[in-house]
Amino acid sequence: MATSVTVKTAAKGGNFLLEAALPGDIFTPADFTDDHRLIAQTAEEFVTKEVLPRVKEMEEKKPGLMVELTKKAGELGLLGSSVPEEYGGGGLGKISTTLVTEKISVYGGFATTFGAQTGIGTLPIVYFGTEEQKKKYLPKISSGEWLSAYCLSEAQAGSDAMSLLTRAELSPDGKNWILNGQKMWITNGGFADIYIVFAKVDGEKLSAFIVERTFPGFKPGNEEHKMGIHGSSTTPLFLENCVVPRENLLYEIGRGHIVAFNILNSGRFTLGVSCVGGAKQGIAISSKYAKERKAFGKSIGEFGLIREKLAEMAIRTYAMDSVVYRIAGTIEAAMAAAEGSADKTQQMMKVLEEYALESSIAKVAGSEMLDFVTDEGVQIFGGNGYHEDYPVCRAYRDSRINRIFEGTNEINRMLIIQMLMKRAMSGQLPLIPAAMKLADEILAGPSMDEAPEGVLAEEARVLASAKKMFLQAAGGAVQKFREKLADEQELIAALANMVMEIYIMESALLRAQKAAAAKGQTASAAMIAAARVYVADGAERVEHEARRALAAVHEGDMLLTQMAVLKRFGKRATPDTIALRRVVAAAVQAQDKYPFEGK
Amino acid sequence: MNIIVCIKQVPAKDAPLAISGNWIKESDIGFEMNEPDSYALEEALRLKEKHGGEVIALSMGPERVKQTIKEALAKGADRAIHVADDNFHQLDPLGSARALAAAIQKEKCDLVLTGLQSDDHGFGQTGVLLAGLLNLPHATLIMSIEAAEGKMKLKRELEAGWFQWIECPLPAVLSIQSGINKVRYATLKGIMAAKKKEIATVTRESLGVSAEATQRVEKIYVPVKSKQTEFLTGSAKEVAAKLVEKLKFEARVI
Ligand SMILES: Cc1cc2nc3c(=O)[nH]c(=O)nc-3n(C[C@H](O)[C@H](O)[C@H](O)COP(=O)(O)OP(=O)(O)OC[C@H]3O[C@@H](n4cnc5c(N)ncnc54)[C@H](O)[C@@H]3O)c2cc1C
Repeated sequence: MATSVTVKTAAKGGNFLLEAALPGDIFTPADFTDDHRLIAQTAEEFVTKEVLPRVKEMEEKKPGLMVELTKKAGELGLLGSSVPEEYGGGGLGKISTTLVTEKISVYGGFATTFGAQTGIGTLPIVYFGTEEQKKKYLPKISSGEWLSAYCLSEAQAGSDAMSLLTRAELSPDGKNWILNGQKMWITNGGFADIYIVFAKVDGEKLSAFIVERTFPGFKPGNEEHKMGIHGSSTTPLFLENCVVPRENLLYEIGRGHIVAFNILNSGRFTLGVSCVGGAKQGIAISSKYAKERKAFGKSIGEFGLIREKLAEMAIRTYAMDSVVYRIAGTIEAAMAAAEGSADKTQQMMKVLEEYALESSIAKVAGSEMLDFVTDEGVQIFGGNGYHEDYPVCRAYRDSRINRIFEGTNEINRMLIIQMLMKRAMSGQLPLIPAAMKLADEILAGPSMDEAPEGVLAEEARVLASAKKMFLQAAGGAVQKFREKLADEQELIAALANMVMEIYIMESALLRAQKAAAAKGQTASAAMIAAARVYVADGAERVEHEARRALAAVHEGDMLLTQMAVLKRFGKRATPDTIALRRVVAAAVQAQDKYPFEGK
Repeated sequence: MNIIVCIKQVPAKDAPLAISGNWIKESDIGFEMNEPDSYALEEALRLKEKHGGEVIALSMGPERVKQTIKEALAKGADRAIHVADDNFHQLDPLGSARALAAAIQKEKCDLVLTGLQSDDHGFGQTGVLLAGLLNLPHATLIMSIEAAEGKMKLKRELEAGWFQWIECPLPAVLSIQSGINKVRYATLKGIMAAKKKEIATVTRESLGVSAEATQRVEKIYVPVKSKQTEFLTGSAKEVAAKLVEKLKFEARVI
């Protein structure tokens, strides 16, 4: 393990809903080591010097350029950070890998290419490959000599990926797999050398295969005309009696879904990280523009409404920045614990599964945060924001895909609750006892809450109440619908929104508390302001979803009782969020960038 | 060829500067390798690749300087010396040069490289003073170095697009002109490899260098931006006379 982590034990997945974590329990950007910062610097320099000057050419799909730059990233070691050293990678931990992803993700077209290469195009072999497969493919993938792609989707099988039709049959001599079918929407499809292809053996047993571009019967189709990320390659693939050597089966026959889902779990987290990188860039360009653009004899950055936008962009970015590094710290600690075990792959998969819920949160909330940030960015640029000459215009288009791929946000919202219920039912997460305890508490009537003390104590109390609101709503929903809950998608989404808000609020809050403890309240004033705004608004959103959920679950007197309880949980102070946002805006405008970098 | 490169850590270019006493407030800003020194480091690494030997990064400052030292090691320096000094920003160029010279004298080296100046104080004197203290030949604004058998052929930049070729014996101290090479990245492998490299820490006191200043910063302040436009009217002759007057007595530039 390359980097030392301050978080020693990893909290169990989903546990945040039940227990209050302490600031010292979570990893935050202030905990980056010198090595982490150097790694980030290399990735940042690479983007500034090599990628950004050539965006226009990439958008125009200049032949060979994307491949050239990806290979260059490989030379610097940026492609192989999650590949073990013995297979030519850096063998770095999750935190370093997260930093690389975040810093690379300034220009969407490159970020997508990079993400497909280093994440979903590499990890299937890292986690599921045989020793021979790892030796053969990983060194070349991490150096960038070979580019890779992940091929699950088909025209009729996107969200419903398991209904894919591509088939694999063993050749009569038993030496090769013969693949037939078509893939759709494959990132890096046009230029990859290695394709992880999912197909059903004998039309039934879902399995994964490593397919080289040069195998007979394999052919990528033409580039799609996309809304955004024009620099990235997205093509269909045609497999016509494609001959794949028998040993290129990845993992086991009929266990392709294990490969697919575990890789998507990890890919979702990475996608959330990438959104944080994009958002920081959005803030920087918007703040600079607001300073330069004059209207009514002033810089538009001097107007309250523009400041409010910059502040909110920074606050939401801050919250997700806190989320993704908290998750990275947790996963790194859990991976380190699994490192020594004999069945390493099994253990690693367990870790991915353990935090699949948090990963989905990063994906959904991260992509929606980036859409918000780029949308407000366009607004700050005014008419120029609607013009292709300004990068914010492109960023706006590029952002949109993140809510669609790696499992749509709808699918991920369902998954969040599905995973949570699975953990609750299997007893891994004591959600049901907690809901029952809360019910008793409700019957017992209002208790005297202790007066909060310390930095952000009121916010911590608000967060604890938000968790109660969730338990109240979820408890009722499970009781009423039981195994039919899955059919109540709107209700599930309301619950998922609460889960997400709670995790984000808590991450934002704990990071600010940790910073205040380390550097003092004055030095952390802007961050504290950001956390206060996020928690204040987050609590409103949680309460709103709770009300919707309760109304869908209860009726009559019971509903009235539940609403009275909700009102009790909803008691909270009213911070002046207008003034707090001004504090955050000032911090953004002092440097024309995201003000909490590495803090 | 054993080369020592003097590398300073300076506030990051985009750091928001706030003044505290007669220095800036350091608590809230990022730091980076002084850019002119990064060219000196790159030149040293290239010389080593050609001629063999060792590159030693030498840096003075508080604990945070380690970050910059690690960057130099990650890029390929073989080992480093850290002159630990929490108050180094109070040193004048002679003070800095004395401490660096004392550290250099403990090493056997053929060449000492510095950047042209630092991006913070911008004195541009450390290299020159260092050569004086070490009693070594010195040249500044170096554009290229061709080393062979105990001496070097150096290209220097002069004014107005002129260059000068000189010969200089080894050992020597050279100040490298910025932008003469393309600085390499710290690769992720390099960053990991740097963890195993030695950083020797010495203090200014242990080097026997006094902190006595020969020069003191009275005050630092952010220049107030002020722009004034004034139209002079009259005949060309009158205007010219008024202009001269203003340049002499108001702007005091002639
Ligand atoms: C640019 C780009 C790159 C891509 N790269 C890759 C790649 O590299 N590899 C790969 O395998 N795939 C890739 N994809 C495919 C991508 O993963 C799918 O597009 C995505 O999973 C959605 O599937 P779909 O397009 O079939 O939409 P559909 O599944 O048809 O969904 C349409 C809408 O219905 C909703 N919906 C579907 N099912 C449900 C449900 N059960 N409950 C509620 N709502 C539902 C969805 O949320 C969505 O809003 C890429 C797509 C794009 C656009």
